[in-house]
Amino acid sequence: MEIYLDNCATTRVCPEAAEAAMNAMVRDYGNPSSLHKKGLDAEHILTAARKEAAALLGCAYDCVYFTGGATDSNNIAIQGALAARPRAGKTIVTTTVEHSSVGATITAMEKRGYTVKRVAPRADGHFDPYDFLDAVDEDTVLLSMMMVNNEMGTILPYDKVIPAVKKRFPELITHIDGVQGFTKIPLSVERLGVDLFSFSGHKLYAPKGVGGLYIRKGVRILPVEYGGGQEKNLHSGTEAVPMIAGMGAAFSMIRKNQAAIARNYRELNAQLRARMAEIPGVVINSPADGCPHLLNISVPGVPSEIMLHALEEKEIYVSSGSACSKGAQSSTLAAFHLPLERVRSALRISFSRETTAEQIDCFADALREVTEKLRKVVGVD
Amino acid sequence: MKEIILAKNGEIALKGLNRRKFEEILMRNIKWRLQEFGKISLSCMQSTIYITPEDSAFYDFDGAIKALRHVFGIASISRAIVLEKNMDDILSHVCDYIENDLFDASTFKVEAKRSDKSFPLTSPQISAEVGGKILSRFHRLKVDVHNPDVTVMVEIRDRGAYIHAGKIPGAGGMPVSSSGEAMLLISGGIDSPVAAYMMAKRGLALSTIHFQSPPYTSERAREKVETLCRKLVPYTGRLPFYCVPFTELQEALKEHCPEELFTVMMRRLMMRIATRIAQEKKIPALVTGESLAQVASQTLEALYCTDNATPLVVLRPLIGMDKGEIIKISREIETYETSILPYEDCCTVFTPKHPCTKPKLDILERAESRFDYEPLIERAIAGTEFKMIRSEE
Repeated sequence: MEIYLDNCATTRVCPEAAEAAMNAMVRDYGNPSSLHKKGLDAEHILTAARKEAAALLGCAYDCVYFTGGATDSNNIAIQGALAARPRAGKTIVTTTVEHSSVGATITAMEKRGYTVKRVAPRADGHFDPYDFLDAVDEDTVLLSMMMVNNEMGTILPYDKVIPAVKKRFPELITHIDGVQGFTKIPLSVERLGVDLFSFSGHKLYAPKGVGGLYIRKGVRILPVEYGGGQEKNLHSGTEAVPMIAGMGAAFSMIRKNQAAIARNYRELNAQLRARMAEIPGVVINSPADGCPHLLNISVPGVPSEIMLHALEEKEIYVSSGSACSKGAQSSTLAAFHLPLERVRSALRISFSRETTAEQIDCFADALREVTEKLRKVVGVD
Repeated sequence: MKEIILAKNGEIALKGLNRRKFEEILMRNIKWRLQEFGKISLSCMQSTIYITPEDSAFYDFDGAIKALRHVFGIASISRAIVLEKNMDDILSHVCDYIENDLFDASTFKVEAKRSDKSFPLTSPQISAEVGGKILSRFHRLKVDVHNPDVTVMVEIRDRGAYIHAGKIPGAGGMPVSSSGEAMLLISGGIDSPVAAYMMAKRGLALSTIHFQSPPYTSERAREKVETLCRKLVPYTGRLPFYCVPFTELQEALKEHCPEELFTVMMRRLMMRIATRIAQEKKIPALVTGESLAQVASQTLEALYCTDNATPLVVLRPLIGMDKGEIIKISREIETYETSILPYEDCCTVFTPKHPCTKPKLDILERAESRFDYEPLIERAIAGTEFKMIRSEE
């Protein structure tokens, strides 16, 4: 039996989402822009999905924009916000641990002439909210920070930073890349006061190729691509109705089970931490107060990739660093001040709503066995 | 750690012997409004409604508070932690609970209220102890009793001690349905949703009636009206929605009435149909979004003629308001963007080029007598579709 513990990379699509996507392909296949009933039916699907997303975000549904995924959302948010403010300041504040869809976009903006300040975690791996307040000033046009770090599970202090920054500089645009925290931590984007919030579908049991962006009412964003003007001109091109339908159904499922899913994450996390503490040579990298759906560990001396493939032989799938970096050594973990040996041997174990306590036990047993063997082979001890 | 929501009553706290009745209606409305957020229990004491979630660890407090801000009859809302009525429990929890509220503050004060007079410390003593505890934990903070950034409230009530970091203003007004029921004529424009909001604020429960004329008006135009109703539901509670097929009557009007009288005659027909449906449901009043002199059918003379078509009370909450004021409210209640979607509605399709601004009742009645509209009215009523609009369907 396979044990999939790489749910931060992507999740298995839930049956409700698959069914909704199928219906949108074969039954409600109209173009939402068409004036006739077929078009109207397709538009209803979009509206229903928008409402589901809005309920989880804590906002009005006309503030939700569908995109081709979180990378798309982050690009529209960052590039679009800057393009709409040519006369504003020229400084961007972000962090040293962003996902590449934010990090690389901001680096590209840096090459176009923006000054970028990157706030780093303190030595203990936590971010100090005051570091962000010290970094923003009159020249800052954009603050972009992630909600939860995708490799460590560290929760960034957005709930302190965003309101405080907006109070000091109301015109400063704030953006949260919410991919890893969305639905896992209670959230109301409206109460938080953040301007832009990106989320992904496929990390949350929806098909790949769809995501969304919350834009606070009244915040102006210029399109990054041009075309037929769909999604209020921010994501032109005929809407991916099947994908969006799938995401709506997945979000609806999550909303109904949010408390149970959250409880499952907490229990699995506690169980996994306890089991890891029993295995000699295994250290936990994630902070104790991190987001519970993932745990980052290291087996110093055993390179991540070897460990990953050894576990794969037992049909257990985990990640070394984030999936997007394809096994490249994680600069993010180094940015969290982890020693090189732990960076080289890091593994990320991430849960889904379907992950069970038995699977965690299976994984822990397998890890103990593989660790004992590999540590002998690679010559630690 | 157990958290609850405290909703303080507004105007109804001033009601005399009927107060309990108003409170019960308000509690019923709150219960209905919060049903989607999970199980809660409600009680009312000392003009405050205690909303206690069954499972407060996973309760969507932000969502629930946002919903409560639209419930009429509530003056203010607080999210509070429930503690035991002893200083040890209070002092050991206060700092952690309000950490986020105090993070960005530079000044604060503590306000203590002690409705349970058997509590050993007086209110000033409670304030002093809690204030001292906060100062010892957050070194950046200073006390300012006149203009603090954050006011920390400690309330010692009958059932326990409550701590919160201030009040969120509620919607005010009277609980919906405490003032009776009325039927709203809704076209899809900017005004009628605002009229609904204003009457709901004074405690009216509403039904809505809409006239559609396919193929002159599209399915999307009707949808737009249903969307407007859905956006009103957080304020008004569930909205019965009557959709009247109006095509035949409009075509008959177009054929048989003088062009300049078209709009006002159409308004009279709408009033008649709305009246009959309202009377059938024992609803004693109509609500319209008319504002004096805004358009030809809203002059004093025209309003006299429309009023004459119904025996019911016609409430026009926008009568003395400018368009700008109406738009401001429609933005606040978030109906504006839907209202301006560009679909033809029944009022715009056949609009005459030069409508009569000073219609005379006797001339109108003579024009109406040239054709027997009654069978068509009956057909329209018989063909009326009904739908109950609840939130987020």
